[in-house]
Amino acid sequence: MFWQLELIILLLVIICAIAAITVRDLLSSALLLGAYSFLLCLIWAVMGAVDVAFTEATVGAGVSTVFCVAAVFHTTRRTKD
Amino acid sequence: MRDSDMESIFALVLAKANYVVYIILMMVGLYAMIVKNNLIKKIVGMSIFQTAIILFYVSIGCKRGATIPILVHHASPEAAAHGAEKIAAHAMEAVDVAHYINPLPHVLMLTAIVVGVATLGVALALAIKVYNTYGTVEEDEINQQLRSG
Amino acid sequence: MKILGKLTILLCGVLLLVFTMEFPDWGDPDSPASTHLSPYFIQHTMEDTAVPNIVTSVLADYRGYDTLFETTVILTAGLACFLLLRIERKKVHHRYYRHEPTGVTLRMEGDKFPRNSAVFQRMDANWVPYDFVISRTCRLIIPFIQIFALYVVAHGHHSPGGGFQGGVLMGASVILFAISHSLRAAIKSFSEKTAALLSVTGVFIYAGTGALCLIFGEVFLNYSALAPLFGSDRVMARSHGILMVEIGVAVAVTAVMIWIYYNLSSAGKQDEGL
Repeated sequence: MFWQLELIILLLVIICAIAAITVRDLLSSALLLGAYSFLLCLIWAVMGAVDVAFTEATVGAGVSTVFCVAAVFHTTRRTKD
Repeated sequence: MRDSDMESIFALVLAKANYVVYIILMMVGLYAMIVKNNLIKKIVGMSIFQTAIILFYVSIGCKRGATIPILVHHASPEAAAHGAEKIAAHAMEAVDVAHYINPLPHVLMLTAIVVGVATLGVALALAIKVYNTYGTVEEDEINQQLRSG
Repeated sequence: MKILGKLTILLCGVLLLVFTMEFPDWGDPDSPASTHLSPYFIQHTMEDTAVPNIVTSVLADYRGYDTLFETTVILTAGLACFLLLRIERKKVHHRYYRHEPTGVTLRMEGDKFPRNSAVFQRMDANWVPYDFVISRTCRLIIPFIQIFALYVVAHGHHSPGGGFQGGVLMGASVILFAISHSLRAAIKSFSEKTAALLSVTGVFIYAGTGALCLIFGEVFLNYSALAPLFGSDRVMARSHGILMVEIGVAVAVTAVMIWIYYNLSSAGKQDEGL
């Protein structure tokens, strides 16, 4: 793939990571973590690491997001910082 | 003098762009783990930190112009029937090492991803227990309750 | 405290940036990471193990010992979640039941109500009507997800995939069933006891394959010793041994994902889900 695509997706990854720790709503934070995992899976697929991308797609963007959302539902949703 | 310096620095950064990105991501994760008060934000920061390390290792094994680490083999019905002799004969054809991406970091990072999700599960279980005991997941309120209770 | 943290992180970041400028370029085929051990794996995987997917052969054969303990780590995580959350607290106070013919909702104290009544249906505390469209659509999709998970496990030799990915997919299909229907329906069909026993069975399959190699006379986890068992030569026996341990890993990972989800989504009580 061409390197411009990689740079754009890398920029989006950084934006997603900074947003995931800055928002005040914990449910949005968990879902932004899912989006971050999915974009990282795209980067690895473009770099040629297909097994790692497959595992990150199922584990990071799938199961890990569900665990985070389940934990947020059993604690609070708002946070002060 | 200034222009050529700036250009050489820019070329250097562009050649090693993956390191710059991984360092930024790692510092974002570390910032969340140290500075944030909320326990769930700290756990999110831990997850970002782990995936940044995985990005670093995978980008080390990348080779320009190489293909994915699954050997290109010509499947034929006789190969299945003859078993190992045919496959060994195929293997004697030269496998060009520079044609395939380095598979060793991928193996290590597969382990790292799965261990990461296991750690995430246990950390979230601990956060739920803390909420059940103290009624909050903010660190300063928990410290207050510990100091006064 | 915050200023100190930000200063530390800035200092760390600048130091790391300065030192990684000495690293090899991105995409360099002559970097030290690619010239010591991995050429051996790339060139010899076909004649040693007859498996084209280099990542699978290194993961399950050349570095099989690491993968055995990784599976043990996953089992330990499931066990830790279970031991942390599954403690009986004070008894739940009231439950909600819905009378089917008239739609009247009752709130009963304690749990003296008959459990399996045809007319009364137990509801969750924050009950929204389970959407007919979602539950029926997921019923159509879940069998295909499971078939795809089995395909990914079985084709780990020739395409990207293997034990971990297939196991997580299978676990995700049961989690989808628990989300789209209710947690109690999922527990009735795949109970927590089954999940716990299956996770241990998966680790036993892996370690048992290694012990079987010991019995046949070779070193622990040297699958070529299983050649008389499969009736083939030593190279194909390694390929079949890889498949056996991948099945063990898939079973263990499936069961642990479901176990952790059951405990996390109900905070240990296992009567109401997400």
